[in-house]
Amino acid sequence: MKTEEPLVSGPGLEMDTMFVNLGPQHPSTHGVLRLGLTLAGEVITKAFPDIGYLHRGTEKLMETRSYHQCVVLTDRWDYCSAMPNNLAFCLAAEKLMAVQAPPRAQALRVITCELNRIASHLIFLGTYGIDIGAFTPFLYAFREREMILDLYEALCGARLTYNYIRLGGVASDVDADWTAKCREFLEFFKPRLDEYDTLLSFNPIFLARTKGIGVIPKETAAAWGLSGPNLRGSGAAYDVRKSEPYCGYETYDFDVPLGETGSCWDRYFCRVQEMRQSVRIVEAALAALPGGDLMAKGIAKLPKPPAGEAYAHVEASRGDLGIFLVSDGGTAPYRLHVRAPCFINLAILQDILVGKKVADVIAVLGSFDIVLGEVDR
Amino acid sequence: MSAAEKPAYPQPVLNRKAGGRLLTDTRYWPTELWKSPWSLPRYRAGALWLAGIIIGLLAIGAGVGELARWGEKLLALLNRSGLPPAAVAWAWVLIKLGCVIGVIVANGLWAVWWERKISAHIQSRVGPMYAGGFHGWAQTLLDTVKLLLKEDVTPAAADQVMHTLAPVVAIAPCVMAFAPVLFGTELAAAKLDVGVLYIFAFAGISVIGVVMAGWASGNKYSLLGGLRAAAQIVSYELPRGFSVVPVLMFAGSLDLAVIDAAQAGYWFGFLPRWFVFYPVVGQLAFLFFLIASVAETNRTPFDIPEAESELVAGFHTEFSGMKWSLFFLMEYGYVLLSSFLLAVFFLGGGAAPLPWLVGIPSWIWMTGKAMLMMFVFLWFRWTFPRLRVDQLMDFNWKFLLPWSFANIAFAGILLFLMQRGWGLR
Repeated sequence: MKTEEPLVSGPGLEMDTMFVNLGPQHPSTHGVLRLGLTLAGEVITKAFPDIGYLHRGTEKLMETRSYHQCVVLTDRWDYCSAMPNNLAFCLAAEKLMAVQAPPRAQALRVITCELNRIASHLIFLGTYGIDIGAFTPFLYAFREREMILDLYEALCGARLTYNYIRLGGVASDVDADWTAKCREFLEFFKPRLDEYDTLLSFNPIFLARTKGIGVIPKETAAAWGLSGPNLRGSGAAYDVRKSEPYCGYETYDFDVPLGETGSCWDRYFCRVQEMRQSVRIVEAALAALPGGDLMAKGIAKLPKPPAGEAYAHVEASRGDLGIFLVSDGGTAPYRLHVRAPCFINLAILQDILVGKKVADVIAVLGSFDIVLGEVDR
Repeated sequence: MSAAEKPAYPQPVLNRKAGGRLLTDTRYWPTELWKSPWSLPRYRAGALWLAGIIIGLLAIGAGVGELARWGEKLLALLNRSGLPPAAVAWAWVLIKLGCVIGVIVANGLWAVWWERKISAHIQSRVGPMYAGGFHGWAQTLLDTVKLLLKEDVTPAAADQVMHTLAPVVAIAPCVMAFAPVLFGTELAAAKLDVGVLYIFAFAGISVIGVVMAGWASGNKYSLLGGLRAAAQIVSYELPRGFSVVPVLMFAGSLDLAVIDAAQAGYWFGFLPRWFVFYPVVGQLAFLFFLIASVAETNRTPFDIPEAESELVAGFHTEFSGMKWSLFFLMEYGYVLLSSFLLAVFFLGGGAAPLPWLVGIPSWIWMTGKAMLMMFVFLWFRWTFPRLRVDQLMDFNWKFLLPWSFANIAFAGILLFLMQRGWGLR
């Protein structure tokens, strides 16, 4: 694709256009995304997302790693919420090996994934506030996220790349001290959510900037393969936790929040409501935490799953994260493919950015909550 | 290398508990702190605001107020020095100019520190704490030293002359506009019959510097920022000017000193006759002027020319060192100017808020009110998101301007009633 468009200065009333590189170094592209924008005044006439600045080739790398080592690499995809990445890979590998994690490990997987969803949505809330020009919610959101990271640090020693969910179970156990702290956090967090609503969600300027902007109808969203809050913001009720429950999600009582029109605000508010639902799930999981083992029996140090293929997908913080795993019976995956929600969510940008103003580009881009680590892998 | 020779690396201190789990202490756990609302940092913002007014009084007020006392003696001294009268006049103007520049520079230092502290406490942080010892008071002083020593980068694509000239063109009208500003009753660098017009006229020139900066940088983001700034500042000058017309009608003069004097006295012996207390008209005019002033100074929610999430830093993206800080001085200079204008136009200027407080010098009241208004500016910035550029224009042309026109009519009605003796007069 051509990087620089020549200036169009024809006769008649056609306006001169300007080509602007939004990124890869720009304060609000959330990583190293490059958007090539052709502007007529402040209106976008053409947009293309240019990706690949953070490509590390993890899919290929995994073909030379043992299955235990692959879990470490999954952390690096969506580094804002690494637990569901671990989980998706482990579920696919466990399918190949025909093992299932014990109940306590499954409950811990749910707790950690939902806490991670809260942490990830908090990052979204904060950075989206900055995109719209409100700086303060960012620090509030990071204040709360810090507590989750502290919980994770106490649990597995890591704050960002956890490697906590392992093949056949989880790495470490929680004790009464940890669960007490987790409950304390949840109690502390619930009123904070109301605070965000008063500070940002229903702020008239914020509403003016996001409501009715970047509208994606339900059918368009489904056609572009959107998933996660981006799809649910358009009103389509698709959630892997409900449609294909894993790790015992069918036993927890929670709602799937839906947006109405599919505008930026709907996608935003979908995430805010999802945080409330995640709090519900964690509370329920903590209350009914079963005892027992953390690891399934029979996981080898160097697993050699039988030849075959498996697909497992989970509802990660940013959408439907799927892993397609092919084994030839060796110690490393023969092939691994990631259905990365961020990558697929990004594609629609070139379609819906056209006709928007520069300021709206930021609002729309921010509302998709992309993480370039997952887009480029 | 044998085991004994191995260097002793510091081992991580981890509390090993049952199950082989590593448990570190949670470092950040604010639930205890949050049990009492008064331990919340954001509630301390109020206390900080009070402290700000007091320190602002001491710093700016004391400087200007005390200088003025010595000014008379200095002028007498100059007159007796035997210099020709023209030289005395020029020297006197230069001295006053130096005072005004001193106020603007001191305000830059002070306002940046205050803004950083206020933003920090609004955001559950503490802000600068180390430089200078007491709450980081020397932070902006040292920042200024850093900015002075910083390399001045002019991009290769930039228009060298315009790039250098732009900050000067931006800051010079700001200094000029301060000439008739009252720092207390009768305390101003110049007494002008047309003070209000003069201030608005000069405050409008700075936009040329901003556009020059945007154009000369040779950067597309800067250009967009400069164009936005031009459109915004020129547009908001209209409601800003018209919202003051009721004040001019009540006072009957464009002279700031007369406007200040017209607000002396009290209704019923306790309610000050400030223009902001004039029913409906006063409050509307105050609100319109405040909103238009925030837009004029390019601050959130109207900071579109320098919207960092879209335009990196807008028109000053390609500026560094002192050139950049001149733009910053300009911004804070205009915030101070707007604060003083709000104090003079609506909050009674140097008048005391209660009758038994008249013994306190007028410049204390004036600076205090200006600092209160400045706090409002800073408070806005850290609370609101940013409007979009077309929404900003819509708000100006479709709401602010028509209603400021209507307010002039309301003011006429109120004035008519007051002259008939039906009102409070």
